[in-house]
Amino acid sequence: MSIDLKTIKHISKLSRISVDEQKAEKLADDLNSIFKFIEKLNELNTDKVEPLTSVAETTLKFRSDEVKNQNIREQIIKNSPEDNEDFFVVPKVVE
Amino acid sequence: MSDITSQSLSSLVKNIKEKKLSSEEVTTAFVNRSEKSKELNSYITEDFSNAIDKAKKFDEKPNLDLKLPGIPMAVKDLFCTKDIRTTAGSKILENFIPTYESTVTQNIWNEGAILLGKLNCDEFAMGSSNETSFYGNVQNPIDKGLVPGGSSGGSAAAVSGQLTPITIGTDTGGSIRQPASFTGTVGLKPTYGRISRHGLIAYASSFDQIGPFTNEVEDSALLLEVMAGADDYDSTASSKAVDGYTSFTEEKNLKIAVIKESYEMEGIDPEVKARMKELTDGLILDGHEVEYVSFPYLDYMVPTYYVLTTAEASSNLSRFDGVHYGYRNTEAKGVEETYKKSRSQGFGPEVKRRIMAGTFILSHGYYDAYYTKGQKVRRVLQDKTDEILSKFDFIMLPTTPTTAFEVDSVSDPITMYLQDIFTVHANLTGNPAVSIPIGQHSNGMPFGMQVIGNHFEEKRMLNFSRQLEKKGVEA
Repeated sequence: MSIDLKTIKHISKLSRISVDEQKAEKLADDLNSIFKFIEKLNELNTDKVEPLTSVAETTLKFRSDEVKNQNIREQIIKNSPEDNEDFFVVPKVVE
Repeated sequence: MSDITSQSLSSLVKNIKEKKLSSEEVTTAFVNRSEKSKELNSYITEDFSNAIDKAKKFDEKPNLDLKLPGIPMAVKDLFCTKDIRTTAGSKILENFIPTYESTVTQNIWNEGAILLGKLNCDEFAMGSSNETSFYGNVQNPIDKGLVPGGSSGGSAAAVSGQLTPITIGTDTGGSIRQPASFTGTVGLKPTYGRISRHGLIAYASSFDQIGPFTNEVEDSALLLEVMAGADDYDSTASSKAVDGYTSFTEEKNLKIAVIKESYEMEGIDPEVKARMKELTDGLILDGHEVEYVSFPYLDYMVPTYYVLTTAEASSNLSRFDGVHYGYRNTEAKGVEETYKKSRSQGFGPEVKRRIMAGTFILSHGYYDAYYTKGQKVRRVLQDKTDEILSKFDFIMLPTTPTTAFEVDSVSDPITMYLQDIFTVHANLTGNPAVSIPIGQHSNGMPFGMQVIGNHFEEKRMLNFSRQLEKKGVEA
């Protein structure tokens, strides 16, 4: 697998992180060396191995499905860069 | 008492309980020391005058039954602290003031401790040298030209430099144990699930664990007692009973496995290796059994760690969108551009690199080849570790191949990632692990060694670590 500038553009779009054109090549090089390093895993035969999704030993507990109205609207929007008391505000989406 | 800041937690607790010291005296001593040590850059946010006020309040009506009565402490800036700025070492959270308290810090305050401030760390805990922090690098108090390790670099430096008697950090791939080794402190990563992660800013949720930094094993045991336990807000927090970690007994005839591949690894410092041999020889003389066992997957550890943690990070960090909280670029037009510009300007280069690597790993066509493969290898690693720990009481291995390195000396990402080669093991398998300072290199720097135990066997692990700690002192 080799990550080219087209792939960088694709990842940039998916991750909502822009990449300067001057820096794209360096990033591709960095990611390529990281992926080359990661591909070492292919040496290991894992055909009969089930993927491990969690190391936690606990089985998830059930709890009753209750509405707990904590009335924390104010707290939730307190840290937003822009809000109008009740809502998060974003730049205009629909003309 | 002029030597307040050099006392261990247990002696500070004792002195406060016996009324030989007040909380105010102790708090003032650590505040003064912190004020004089600004060049370390350990703190991101200080809360000193509040701390002294709280100490005075404690002294007015001291509750001496608490486990941390009036003890001041700073914490890594990755834990949400109500009404106190919490940055995660990132520009994107520069003005973030949590409206709630993390479970773990609440547990600590409930036992009487007092917040001194928030400690520097690598941005979103992604780093091994504390050099990725938006708030600048941290100096190693033992040699100021060297890094303190990372990601909990500010925490390690603060304990080592006596700016706080104890602290807490987080360990996703070694972020408590590696800096503990670099600064001569004790660093404990408990079993995955032993401590609630509610209110901890997430990096890689199936790896992240919280743990203490202290000067002595006994103090880590006390802090673990305070921190551990079930929590309605974290479904992975175990409801297993919390042991009384502070009652110690000496176990005899233990069986210890030393990982042969780590001991023989190319690039391990000869002095670290020699000290390891000396220690294990000493254990044999004490009647324990030590065997060098093969763990033939050492080269797969860090790659597996990077596949899985970057994938989890890319998902976890999608919440930083410039809309709900955190930094927003206000010139962006439209919501899409707001996301993109806010994230691009708010995150630093290492965080962006990991998010993008993780995004690729989870993208269509590559998920199975990388992510599922990583999860499969993770099981291989866990099975092998379980197999060893079914025959042995503990695994021992170095914490880091070398002592602390110079600031700005590691620029290649992979060389930096390999810093964690001995520590990622316990995060991949969820086992508890502790790094104990066991020697001083001829270059003047300390280094540690790790003990890994079975899941939820922190009590036995800490017991044994205390025995090793005594040997460290004897040497």
